[in-house]
Amino acid sequence: MKKILILFSHPKFEKSRANTILVDHVKNKEGVTFHDLYEKYPDFHINVKAEKELLEQHDVIIWHHPFYWYSCPPLMKQWIDMVLEFGWAYGPNTNALESKTCLNVITTGGSKELYCSQGSNSFTVNQFLRPFEQTANLCGMTYFPPFAVMGTHNLDDEDLINHAKQYSDLIDLLQQDYTLGDFNGCAFLNDIPELNNA
Amino acid sequence: MTGSILFEAIVFLAGAIICVSIAKRLGLSSVIGYLLAGVLIGPYVFGFIGTEGEDIMHFAEFGVVVMLFLIGLEIEPKNFWNMRKTIVGMGGIQVGGTMLLSYILFTVLGFEWKVGLVISMAVALSSTAIAMQTIKEKGLMETTFGSSSFSILLFQDIIVIFMLGFIPLLSNTDASASAENVSDHTNLLDGLPLGLQTLSIILSVVVIIVAGRYLIVPMLRKVAKTGVRELLIAAAFLIVFGISLLMEFVGLSPALGAFLGGVVLSNSEFKHELESTLEPFKNLMLGLFFMAVGASINFIVIANSPLEIGGILVAIIILKGIVLYITGHIFKLKLDQKLLLTCSLAQIGEFAFVLLSFAFGLNILEQEQMDMMLVITALSMSLTPIIGIINERFILPRTGTKESLKRPMDHIAKTQKIILVGFGHFGSTIGRFLRSHGVEATILDHDSNRVDFLRKMGFEVYYGDATRLDLLESAGIAEAKIVICATNKISVSKAIGKIIKEKYPHVEFMIRTKNRYDAYELLNLGNENIYRESLETSLTLAKDVLSKMGFRKYTLNRQVQNFIKYDEDSLRRLSQEPKDEKNYIFKAKKELEQQEKFLNEDFKRGIVEYDNHWDSEHIRKVLNKTKKG
Repeated sequence: MKKILILFSHPKFEKSRANTILVDHVKNKEGVTFHDLYEKYPDFHINVKAEKELLEQHDVIIWHHPFYWYSCPPLMKQWIDMVLEFGWAYGPNTNALESKTCLNVITTGGSKELYCSQGSNSFTVNQFLRPFEQTANLCGMTYFPPFAVMGTHNLDDEDLINHAKQYSDLIDLLQQDYTLGDFNGCAFLNDIPELNNA
Repeated sequence: MTGSILFEAIVFLAGAIICVSIAKRLGLSSVIGYLLAGVLIGPYVFGFIGTEGEDIMHFAEFGVVVMLFLIGLEIEPKNFWNMRKTIVGMGGIQVGGTMLLSYILFTVLGFEWKVGLVISMAVALSSTAIAMQTIKEKGLMETTFGSSSFSILLFQDIIVIFMLGFIPLLSNTDASASAENVSDHTNLLDGLPLGLQTLSIILSVVVIIVAGRYLIVPMLRKVAKTGVRELLIAAAFLIVFGISLLMEFVGLSPALGAFLGGVVLSNSEFKHELESTLEPFKNLMLGLFFMAVGASINFIVIANSPLEIGGILVAIIILKGIVLYITGHIFKLKLDQKLLLTCSLAQIGEFAFVLLSFAFGLNILEQEQMDMMLVITALSMSLTPIIGIINERFILPRTGTKESLKRPMDHIAKTQKIILVGFGHFGSTIGRFLRSHGVEATILDHDSNRVDFLRKMGFEVYYGDATRLDLLESAGIAEAKIVICATNKISVSKAIGKIIKEKYPHVEFMIRTKNRYDAYELLNLGNENIYRESLETSLTLAKDVLSKMGFRKYTLNRQVQNFIKYDEDSLRRLSQEPKDEKNYIFKAKKELEQQEKFLNEDFKRGIVEYDNHWDSEHIRKVLNKTKKG
C-alpha cells in the first residue's frame, strides 16, 4: 500500500466550511499522514530536516490548499522554497523524490466556467498550476492532474460531502498504486471514470 | 618663592586649569596646555617653581606607571601574546635603527664614543606618556598605528632595563666612587651575581602573575563585598604601589611591572572598576608630569647656544622620524598610518631623563652635555603635539586616505559597541543570544558573586555600579551604539537614562521594565524603547491555553501581535494623560483603576480587529448579498 502525505495549508482553516468537510473525510484514513502546516508552523519557522524525512517516508505527496489569488497560501510557498533544496530535491545526482507521485488538491470560490479563456479568470486551473507541475517535474516526481472542488461559494453542505467522499475514494485509488497512463484525457482527477462509476 | 606645599599646589593646579582649558578651546591636545603651563610657572618665566621641578618630576613619573597599568588592563594576555612579533620586530628595528643613526650623528659632531653611545640610547626611546596620551585622546588605540606605537613603546620599556644595566660598564671610575651619585638606582640585587639577578627578575615577574590571580583578585572581591567605595580606590593604589616597589627592588622599570600587573588583572571582573577608579588620578599625574617637563626646560642653556641646540633637535627629530617611517614601511602600514607613527613617536622620551642623569652620576657625561640633552629632550616632547597638528591638518588631508574609511568589515562588531547592564536571568538570555550572533556586549553587574560565577562560565562580565558615570565611561559608553538595561529596578534605568540624555544623546537606550506603571514613568521621561518583562510571556501562555482549547495557532499568533500593538498604543495614550500627584499609599488602588480602565477599553474597542483575509464565509455572504441585490 502506497503511503500518502497530505500537506495541508490554510491560513484560516477554522473559517473554511469546504475544507473542514474535505479534511474530515480523509485525515484519519489508514496509511494517510495529514500534515497541517499552518498549525505546525504558525510562525513560518519550517523545520526543513523533519519535512525532508517526512517526504522520504511517503510515496504520494498531496498539496492540499485553497486556490487564492491563483496560487497557494504563503506558508506552502515557503515550504516549497525551504524544503525542496538544491542538492536534495533537484540538481545533479539527486533522487530523494524520484518516482514519487505529486498532485494538487484545491478548492476555488469561483466556478469552473470562470476558469477558461472566455471566463473572467482568463486561464484554466491547469494553466495556473503550471509552476507546481514543473516543480514536481524538476524534482523527478510524477505529477497528476489536480483534484479540484470549485465554486464552493455556491455549494451546500450536501454537495461538499459528495466531493469529500470522492476525495476519500481518490485516496483509496492512490494507495493501490494508481497509475493511469493518460487519465482518459481528463483535466481533473474528479472526472476520471474510476471515481464516477458509483 | 615660598616653599609652602599649599602654594605650589595652587600654582600647579591653577596653571593646569588655565592653560589646558585655553589649549582645549583652541582645539589643541591637552598635552600642549600642560607643557605650556609648566613653562609659564617654571623658573624662567614667572619663577613660581624653581629647582623643585625635578623632584616633582620624580613624583609625576608615577603618572606614567599608572598609565601603563591602565594600558595593561586593556590588553588581555592572549592579545599580548599575539602581539609578540610586532613588539620585538618593530621595537627592535626602531631602537636599533635610531641608536645607529644617532650614534653616527653624535660621532660626526665630535662627541666621545661613550658619550655618543649613552646619548644615542636616550634618543632611541620615545615618550610613552605623550604618545599614548595623544593616541587615547583621539581614540586611535584600535588602529594599526595605535597598536604599532604601543608595541614600540613597550619594547622600549623592556630594553631600557638592559640599557640601565649596560651604562655602568662604560664608566671609567670604579663602582664605589660613584655610589653616592647613583643612590637612586641601587637596589637589593646589586651585590648578587648576574645569574641570581636574572633569576630574581624572572621570579618577580612570576610573583606578579601569581599574586594577580590568587591574591589581588580575591582581595578585590572582599573589598567589593564591603560596598565601601573608597576602599576600592585604596586597593587600586595599593596594587600599583606594591608592584612598583617590587620592581624597584629588583631593578626593573616600575612602568613595566605595572603594565604586567595590568595585563594579569585584565581578565578579572574588576577591570572596568579599576579603570574608572584610576583614570582621573592618572590624568592628573600625567598632567603634573608634563608640567614638570615644561618647567625643566632650561632657557639659559638654550640662550647660550641656540643654533647648536636647535640643529641637534631638528636632526634628532628627523632621524627618529626616518627610522619610524622605515619601520612602518617594513611592517606594511598604510601611508597615513606610517605618517601618524612617524609624527607621534619622533620625540625623546621621559626615560632619557633617567638614563642621562644616571650616566651623569657615573661621570660618563659632563654637566654641559647633560643639560643640553635634557633641554633637547624637553623641547622634543613639547614639539610632538605641534608636529602632530601639522601632520593632521596639512599632510594627512593630502595623502588621500581617511581614517574612518579604512576600517575593515570585521571591525563592525568592535565599533558597534553594546553595553549590557544587569546579568541576571533576563540579561544573561540577552547576552547569550547576542553572543550567538558574534556580538560581545560589555556586561556590567553589581553582584560580585554572580559576576565571579558567570566569568567562570566564560562570559565577559564586569563588576560595578552602572549608574556611575565614570564606570559607564570606562565601559566605553562614548563609543557605544546601544545601552541595554536588563535590570527591572526603575531607579537604575532612570539614572542611566538621565546620563545618556544629558551626556551621550547619540546612544540608544533599551530598557526592561517590571510593569506598566514603571513603563509610564520611563515613557514620561522621554524613553522610547521600553520592554515590559511580563507582556509577551503572559500572552504566549494565554496563546498556548487557547491553542490547547482548539483555536488555530496561526490565527492566535496574529492575534497576539495585534494585542501587543494595541496594548502598547494604549499605554502610550494613557501615559500622556495628566496624572495626579503620586501617592504611594494609593498606588495599589491606582493600579486596580488602571487595570479597570484597560479592561473597559478592551471591550469598547473589541480587543482585536478580525482579519478578513482568507475568510470564505465572509466572501460568500457579500457575494450572496450582491446577487440578491
